[in-house]
Amino acid sequence: MINSHDILETINMIDNENLDVRTVTMGISLLDCIDGDIDKACDKVYDKICRYAKNLVRTAEDISKEYGIPIIHKRIAVTPAAMLSAACPTKNPIKFAKALNRAADTTGVNFVGGYSALVHKGFAPGDYSLIESIPEALDITDKVCSSVNIGSTRAGINMDAVKKMGRIIRQTAERTADRDCIGAAKLVVFCNAPEDNPFMAGAFHGPGEPDCVINVGVSGPGVVRAALAKAGDCNITDVADIVKKTAFKITRTGQLVAKEASKRLSVPFGIVDLSLAPTPAIGDSVAHILEEMGLEQCGAHGTTACLALLNDAVKKGGVMASSHVGGLSGAFIPVTEDAGMIDAARSKSLTLTKLEAMTAVCSVGLDMIAVPGDTSAEIISGIIADEAAIGMVNSKTTAVRLIPAIGKKSGEELNFGGLLGRGPIMDINRKSPEKFINRGGRIPAPMQSLKN
Amino acid sequence: MNAVITVLGKDNVGILANISNKCAEAGANIIEVTQSVLQGMFAMIMFVDITECTVPFAQLVDTLTEKGEEMGVKVHVMHEDIFNAMHTV
Repeated sequence: MINSHDILETINMIDNENLDVRTVTMGISLLDCIDGDIDKACDKVYDKICRYAKNLVRTAEDISKEYGIPIIHKRIAVTPAAMLSAACPTKNPIKFAKALNRAADTTGVNFVGGYSALVHKGFAPGDYSLIESIPEALDITDKVCSSVNIGSTRAGINMDAVKKMGRIIRQTAERTADRDCIGAAKLVVFCNAPEDNPFMAGAFHGPGEPDCVINVGVSGPGVVRAALAKAGDCNITDVADIVKKTAFKITRTGQLVAKEASKRLSVPFGIVDLSLAPTPAIGDSVAHILEEMGLEQCGAHGTTACLALLNDAVKKGGVMASSHVGGLSGAFIPVTEDAGMIDAARSKSLTLTKLEAMTAVCSVGLDMIAVPGDTSAEIISGIIADEAAIGMVNSKTTAVRLIPAIGKKSGEELNFGGLLGRGPIMDINRKSPEKFINRGGRIPAPMQSLKN
Repeated sequence: MNAVITVLGKDNVGILANISNKCAEAGANIIEVTQSVLQGMFAMIMFVDITECTVPFAQLVDTLTEKGEEMGVKVHVMHEDIFNAMHTV
């Protein structure tokens, strides 16, 4: 029989520490929807998504009710749309974005990811037109998310794509300037993008994935912080142990939800993404975990070390709790989505340069960072290149999700509302990387030996 | 198949009776009850067998949660697997 302490602990985690399953994401392959006639292809895309994901939202809600664990998002990730647009090269792929958005509305999911292109080694047919259409797609749709993979450890970094994405991010922000530039919050530039990530905005269903799959992303920074607070003045070895044990419990809920969703929907279980995903709510912050470890404020010297410990311990605890682990797995540090990061950025304790260092040891990268509206496309490309280099050399996923705050300056704020949050516009280094960015070409893949 | 009902809140007359009545109406068989009152705060944990339940589980959750709200206490009704998953290796 389960003991009452364990029961009350679980209830306390849910009621007071924001324990939840962040997302149940259905991955759907659209490879069988490819058609030379773009209208036919869009109809196939819409029909397939609606057929497969018909019961996704209701099933997730049923599971949430039975197990008493909140499931915040129900989402869909699809095959990168550039692969579909390759078959109809003369047509504007924006039609795919519209079809995806309609399918999201019909199925009731809150986001569909996969308006994406994988161009880490070069551009294939479909990639150019898809990337060029991203600003319009993220302007006219509200549920479509986009990502572009511009580098990998095995391929190096495609600097032509890096250059292009600096401009695309700016254009996306410009087109949605009347809505706090929210378009850019739905666009991620990756290095080493995982094919099974359930989290937005970077979710897509990789070409190596099965026809349909259920991936689950867990969360729970509030639970980890509370466990550390309860432990008091223990040494750092104990801190790591507490994080591992807590991550185990959090991940178990994700594994249970994933297995149950997979059974009820008759769709194979893919992976659990062991992530600490913050929200702007009080008590749901990754920055506050770092501060609980002993930093006066996130961004202080020591932040990178605390984050490295946290990220590693979350993986160690979570791996044993799940039969298949994947996605991004680790601690997210999206600035505008984390109450502690927002405060640290406002007080200038947390700077862009510190965040860049933190991305070398966290699960993703420079995430949800508002930069001044006059930041040039070349500077954005420079930031992307730096971030991709960290991912490429360290064999890890890194990403950039920057929001150029059009018409605003450093110190002012953007407010997206909801889980995307709000936050101050951060200072950037204004020196120009223009000549470097305009060279184009590819950064060769790095050595995998002689590691120093 | 078992569910765990927890009731947390200010102690009042009839909490156990009200929850038990609702369980009986739904055909949920009470297996074990533990309860404690600490400084006026009431905490009850009830294991119920829902195999023979005459209403869908989701409906039982709603009924008991509403009853809890009426009495000014917080009621959680959760499938026991969530606790087994989280607290056993």
